[in-house]
Amino acid sequence: MNPTTIAFIILSLLAIGSALMMIFSKNPVHSVLWLILVFFAISGHYILLNAQFLAIVNIIVYAGAIMVLFLFVVMLMNLNAETEPIRNKRLQLAGVITGGSLLLVLVSVVQRMDVEQLVQVNGGDAGLVNVLGMNLFKQYVLPFEISSVLFLSAMIGAVIIGKKEIQ
Amino acid sequence: MDIKLYIYLSLLLFSIGVVGVLTRRNAIIIFLCIELMLNAVNLLLVAFSNMHALSPVAKASPSFASDAQIFVFFIMVVAAAEVSVGLAIIVMMYRNIHNVDVNFLNRLKH
Repeated sequence: MNPTTIAFIILSLLAIGSALMMIFSKNPVHSVLWLILVFFAISGHYILLNAQFLAIVNIIVYAGAIMVLFLFVVMLMNLNAETEPIRNKRLQLAGVITGGSLLLVLVSVVQRMDVEQLVQVNGGDAGLVNVLGMNLFKQYVLPFEISSVLFLSAMIGAVIIGKKEIQ
Repeated sequence: MDIKLYIYLSLLLFSIGVVGVLTRRNAIIIFLCIELMLNAVNLLLVAFSNMHALSPVAKASPSFASDAQIFVFFIMVVAAAEVSVGLAIIVMMYRNIHNVDVNFLNRLKH
């Protein structure tokens, strides 16, 4: 086994284990922390695929900004294991069966798929900053500009929803 | 590395997210599971991008393979906007009913 395969297996196990812990941990703060670990594992996968820009953006934007926002809201509401909603056991079983069936169907489709494509690891310049930047500011410059409008509308929406109503 | 390994990994992460949405009743945890599903898709897109980097078309034009990574970038943009609005909605819900249990949201008026 070469080192790339070993790194792939370790990162995959880390991602899947942390995702499972995220679902099954009672305390919402622990769930958020486990999800941060998942994001770090996925960033490790990006580095393995030589997508350096996305690896850094994933850590800065997801693990850094979005998850801190989640943690902030969880701590603002003072949520902990005691305030966790009571779960219906039968409904939970139904949810697990539904998700498992989805996984089963998708895996069986992929197994029948007749591709022998390989993924380039440890190389390739598709994920480098200059290639991505050239592509983003030449071919995708309109979506890039529109996304700034999206951010503006999201910001206004968050402020309007979040502010207290004046009676 | 075989592309199928990456597809299986993404499917597993996506299914874990689906199971989380269906089993948990806490609105914030449901939101976290949606983030997990988005990230599973992102991982698959990056894997596909590097799969196409090996094709002869990509050798001719270097921007061909990086299209998928641009999509990942835009998914992150949309996710950030979605989280800001969604968390504002959850905070407002907590302010009104003092709970984040989605079971209490079964009626449209109060």
